[in-house]
Amino acid sequence: MSDLVTTIGLEIHCELATSTKMFCGCAVGFGGEPNTRVCQVCLGHPGTLPVPNEQAVAYAIKIAVALGCGIAPSSIFHRKNYFYPDMPKNYQISQYDIPLGLKGVLEVTTDAGTRAVGITRVHLEEDTGKSLHMGSGGRIHDATYSLEDFNRAGTPLVEIVTEPDMTSPEEGRAFAQELRSILEYLEVSDVRLEEGSMRFDANISVAPPGERGAKVEVKNLNSLKSLHRALAYEEVRQREVLGGGGAIDQSTRHWDERSGVTRPLRTKEHAFDYRYFPEPDLVPIKPSPEWLEAITSGIPELPPARRRRFIADYGLTPYDANVLVASRAAADYFEDAAAAAAGIEPKQVANWLANDLLGRLSERGEDLETTRVTPQALGALVGLVAGGSISGAQGKVVLDEMMVSGRPPAEIVEEKGLKQVSGRSELKAVVAGVLAANSDVVDRIRGGDAKPQGFLVGQIMKATKGQANPAVVQELLKEMLQG
Amino acid sequence: MSISREEVVHVARLARLALTEEEIALYGEQLGRILGHADRVTSLDTEGVPPTAQAIALANVFRPDVLNEPAPCLSQREALANGPAVEAGHFRVPRILEDGDPSGEEVAEE
Amino acid sequence: MSPARPLWTSTATELIALLRSGELSATDLTRSLLDRIEEVEGDVRAFITLTPEVALAKAKAVDDARARGEDPGPIAGVPVAVKDIIATRGVRTTAGSKILHNYVPPYSATVADRLEAAGLPMLGKTNLDEFAMGSSTENSAWVPTHNPWDLDRVPGGSSGGSAAAVAAGEAPWSIGTDTGGSIRQPASLSGVVGLKPTYGLVSRSGLIAFASSLDQAGPFARTVADVALLLGVMAGHDPRDATSLPNPVPDYSAGLAGGVKGLRIGVVSQLMGEGVQSGVRTRIEESIALLTKLGAEVGEVSLPTFDLGIDVYYLIAPAEASANLARFDGVRYGLRVDAEDIVKMNSRTRAEGFGAEVKRRIMLGTYALSAGYYDAYYGKAQKVRTLIIRDFARAYENYDVLLSPTSPTTAFGIGEKTQDPLTMYLSDVCTVPTSLAGATAISIPCGVAPEDGLPVGLQLMGKALDEATILRAAYALEQELGPMPHPLLWGEPS
Repeated sequence: MSDLVTTIGLEIHCELATSTKMFCGCAVGFGGEPNTRVCQVCLGHPGTLPVPNEQAVAYAIKIAVALGCGIAPSSIFHRKNYFYPDMPKNYQISQYDIPLGLKGVLEVTTDAGTRAVGITRVHLEEDTGKSLHMGSGGRIHDATYSLEDFNRAGTPLVEIVTEPDMTSPEEGRAFAQELRSILEYLEVSDVRLEEGSMRFDANISVAPPGERGAKVEVKNLNSLKSLHRALAYEEVRQREVLGGGGAIDQSTRHWDERSGVTRPLRTKEHAFDYRYFPEPDLVPIKPSPEWLEAITSGIPELPPARRRRFIADYGLTPYDANVLVASRAAADYFEDAAAAAAGIEPKQVANWLANDLLGRLSERGEDLETTRVTPQALGALVGLVAGGSISGAQGKVVLDEMMVSGRPPAEIVEEKGLKQVSGRSELKAVVAGVLAANSDVVDRIRGGDAKPQGFLVGQIMKATKGQANPAVVQELLKEMLQG
Repeated sequence: MSISREEVVHVARLARLALTEEEIALYGEQLGRILGHADRVTSLDTEGVPPTAQAIALANVFRPDVLNEPAPCLSQREALANGPAVEAGHFRVPRILEDGDPSGEEVAEE
Repeated sequence: MSPARPLWTSTATELIALLRSGELSATDLTRSLLDRIEEVEGDVRAFITLTPEVALAKAKAVDDARARGEDPGPIAGVPVAVKDIIATRGVRTTAGSKILHNYVPPYSATVADRLEAAGLPMLGKTNLDEFAMGSSTENSAWVPTHNPWDLDRVPGGSSGGSAAAVAAGEAPWSIGTDTGGSIRQPASLSGVVGLKPTYGLVSRSGLIAFASSLDQAGPFARTVADVALLLGVMAGHDPRDATSLPNPVPDYSAGLAGGVKGLRIGVVSQLMGEGVQSGVRTRIEESIALLTKLGAEVGEVSLPTFDLGIDVYYLIAPAEASANLARFDGVRYGLRVDAEDIVKMNSRTRAEGFGAEVKRRIMLGTYALSAGYYDAYYGKAQKVRTLIIRDFARAYENYDVLLSPTSPTTAFGIGEKTQDPLTMYLSDVCTVPTSLAGATAISIPCGVAPEDGLPVGLQLMGKALDEATILRAAYALEQELGPMPHPLLWGEPS
């Protein structure tokens, strides 16, 4: 059934990193004792009124602009009515027919190429609380009762809806990754803090080219990994059903992270009647040109542009540029380190950062914000290696030490006596000594057996406590064995 | 004009009201009469007339992103003080029906 | 003033003078009003909850401040009654509903805070139609309130408790809320003055919502001057309410005596039609003649869309209410009727906790918003609301103030209209247009109807934020009308 085409659209909810909630002055945060970041407003007490957080509105506009959306000259909030015990008012304040941002685009690149994904809308709403399902297993369907915590209730959320422009689970994942990078660059969302700060719903359909497939909505995707897994699962499932002569029903399915499958949700036909109407407690948002300018001018260079610049200006490979630019912290770090290693090929700085430092940080549960290794220090280290003062292997030892002590690399090199010996006359004596002590090996080599040469190099390094410049040693060995 | 039993039951379900058969019949009749009286409004030609959701002309009313002062919020004890059922710092509620199903079961049962 | 006259017959303005001169302490005044409440409350039933400790503590604080030589504020020490739909921290607030039978708010409404800051001891929380839905106070989950003029009649509603408390001398002034007429209509039926402020003038924070785009709190008193004073305390911008107007609050008392010479008053012909009781018409026409005599230029104005006000109102208000009342679900506060799952628990709690009228309006509002009906009902009503606002604007090209009866009839009998919701709704015909326009209006007593001896209320409608003008006109008429008869319940206070 390889002639089937997959069509994917995404709906992303992202919590905004404001200090306070969308409509009241309670703190936004994670964890903590239940019902300790709540007030009468976010608990939906009778008589309370919402007052919108200006920063949340500014963040949402920033996101919409970064995604190329037009900003509505006047947008309003609506009430979305449905009962759920984690929703204090039993309506959600959201946006409906006039969202903040409309019609944007985001390009994503996968192995299959680059695709422009349309952004349908960007709007602002409030999050719900959390239900803890009690009983066997903690799952909703076998719970005997639930416990409600409203700490999250009222956290500002931005909802981003895409056009059904993606054609593979990989593109779906790439879009989500790119969006996450952009949100990180905009400094509007703590996209890494925990699973759940970015949540996904996906629409996926499979059909022969030119035909419209039945749309299946997959819910409960709380990480990039679940998004990709669920899309891949659902794509295969639908292909199998169609391949077996079956038909796909338009439906909603729930992703079960533990068992790695999607399951149909039992929903009734007429169940969803949200009775949207304009929220009478709030007035329209009409961003002034000055406000929009202030928000827009705060948008930094975003990943697509930065990636192009890293390739053009630093000579990085597209792969390296991708890896570094995906995280604003890594890209900023790289640029600072490259500046500190002036005259050195930036590619080498990128390698040390991407392969050595980031790997070590993740092993140790640290990140670029917490590490003691400054970009300047990493740049200096790469400079020492590139300039031949120390070997690459020594550099790694020095990096380990830098991560612990935070001291400058030159100081560590000095203290450990790690200086690489490159002087020919100095090394010539050592090489001569090793050759003299291993005359049998020398004879074998001279007899045409090249293998034991590595043994001789090892002996020389040992005699110099690893400080000999390997290139100079190779050169001397070659000369002296011939002689 | 009268509202059908089916519609009354549907609306009661959306509104989470467990109505008795007697109430279903009564509201069907009364809603029908009230909406019938509103015919004068619903049959009016309002072509080109913008809706009024609010009678005030305010826009851009916001609060700064600043924590509540002086007390950050309610204490957990205050938050739960009015709770009909409370357990381990939470509000306790009976079994929630399958996620994503806001309609639940037939409500007109009492 | 005769020294033999009991304190409870005094107006707030008179009491303020006694308090400020030191002839009377706030504590003695509060005690005497609590005595008066004890005397008549069994007949009137104006209160759901009495708060004598709260009132006496505040009165003492005012007296102590005065004793220390501090100024507790210009109107401090005059007790007030507050409609039980306004949240009061630590004091049970029920909105007249069983579903909030045990609800103690963790916060206070801005209005309540302002009364507190002005030094007004709160006597208690007054009765109302459940969630302010009604025109008779019979929809209270507790007891109906009785009209002090005739205990077999309703005091009007929904703020019937606040109106009756003032009429009965239980409080010199009180706070009500008005969504479609809930201050003006009970003021009319109970023979007191009541003002519905411009939408956004008084903060809605802490006012338990009925219809958010219409709700406003406002004052009741026995004189226009007292209403002006209390309005000044309540009004003003509040950052806790996004629909609160930022405009500065004028001194409403300052211009009261300015007279009506040259004031252009339009009598709305649609509100003087067939349904108006003859005695009501008689008194309104007499008042019109008095206003003309005082120099006002009175004319007749036809505003055709006013006939549609009731229908528009009974689509918009229930729709908003259906969402506002969704939060009463048995999860976080109030009544819970236990059941095996959440849907049954919510549904039974709401079935048990809400009264018939509230359920009816939730059903109506849910229906008007539901898929397939939004455009025909709610959407349509919003457009006709625009037409009503345009009619007002047209009228104000030629007039400064509009005039009508407040209610087409005097107080009706308890139980008389409870079987027929539509008839009850029609008693709001004169008051809803102003509510839909978000403007202001006042009801003042203009005598009693000859046929039943019950008070008639006259409504003066003003442009948004033009409270000063309707207060000035009402004051002029009140002075010209002279002393009103007293309710039966006053007995013969020498």
